Amino acid sequence: MAPIGHHGAVLLKLRNPNRTQTVPGPVKVSVLLDRLELNRESVLLIRNGTIVAGDTTLQDDDEVEIRPVISGGAL
Amino acid sequence: MKCTVCRGPALIDLRRHNANFCAEHLAKFCRDQVERAIHDFDMLEQGARILIAVSGGKDSLALWDILNHLGYDTAGLYVGLGIGEYSDVSGRFVQKFASERGLELLEVDLRSEHGYDIPTAAELTRRSPCSSCGLSKRHLFDRAAIDGGYDALVTGHNLDDEAAVLFGNVMRWQMDYLARQRPVLPERDGLPRKVKPLVRLTERETAAYCVVTGIDYQVDECPMAAGNKHIAYKELLNEMEVASPGTKADFYLSFQRRAVHQLDGTLAEGRESLGTCDSCGAPSPSDICAFCRLKSTTARENR
Ligand code: SF4
Ligand SMILES: [Zn+2]
Ligand SMILES: [Zn+2]
Repeated sequence: MAPIGHHGAVLLKLRNPNRTQTVPGPVKVSVLLDRLELNRESVLLIRNGTIVAGDTTLQDDDEVEIRPVISGGAL
Repeated sequence: MKCTVCRGPALIDLRRHNANFCAEHLAKFCRDQVERAIHDFDMLEQGARILIAVSGGKDSLALWDILNHLGYDTAGLYVGLGIGEYSDVSGRFVQKFASERGLELLEVDLRSEHGYDIPTAAELTRRSPCSSCGLSKRHLFDRAAIDGGYDALVTGHNLDDEAAVLFGNVMRWQMDYLARQRPVLPERDGLPRKVKPLVRLTERETAAYCVVTGIDYQVDECPMAAGNKHIAYKELLNEMEVASPGTKADFYLSFQRRAVHQLDGTLAEGRESLGTCDSCGAPSPSDICAFCRLKSTTARENR
């Protein structure tokens, strides 16, 4: 998925199914989760291979994966 | 945000523990929680030989890594379910994990070794894929643990899994299920000892463990999982957790500490006496076990 046209915004990569969305930066992680109506217990934000803390402010041109951590299958 | 242990920059906050951790101390926290669960529930002897049921997802790989760190003699067992690309990718994550760490991996492939896969089994039996899948995995994991002489079969059920199942069982007051919902089930009648060392860790914590320790895992969901009721319970419990951190752990661990032993009698009564399957010799309440029946149904219809 080529991240075309997200310059000047934060690129969010969402999973299950894979898709992308942009939001204007700067934006604090905890505020972003509220705005997307995501529960902080249900996701991790990952940027450049590391977890992004809830008090981090995301800047334009950041690429962030919003990874769900809830799994549904019985093992 | 600063790490509660070293005051360096923290990358995760765990409200239920009133703590923030850097990568190193998050990994240590997770290993400590597993060690504590093993100790509190008398799960495993130090250095025990254990078989881990691995799926390629975050929980089973985090668990394998942690038990290996804690000094247990581990082997993993992966069952190839034949669920298209999902299974191919999951299997590759498991193989990569094991080979990078020099760990022993056993593999069973349903289609080549037993003549069916989960999508065909679901179609032919007209039951949900998860029921054929669950019974196949249980049979194969139990079998491998007994045949290989392992001290225990270990699974990656985490606190969210167990709290969601407990919630469902309580909503319906399923006393027999409640009696059986324990983090340790002792060996009996040809079934291995079964242990769940992740019951003190949430899904967010096991996922974070994988990210900070560099474990690549299958993030995509099984395409057959759609509509699983436990996902709705997990979401409900997470709403409560945000409003009142520690709710999930309290719900599950208090049940274990204060309530489940009230049901010891129910547990004993509910035990069906097990004979052995005429076809494969596995413990079974009927002449032919559910796994062998599934195999013969799929063999007949596949012709
Ligand atoms: S979701 Fe169902 S079919 Fe998929 S792996 Fe889990 S139990 Fe098997
Ligand atoms: Zn630290
Ligand atoms: Zn059998």
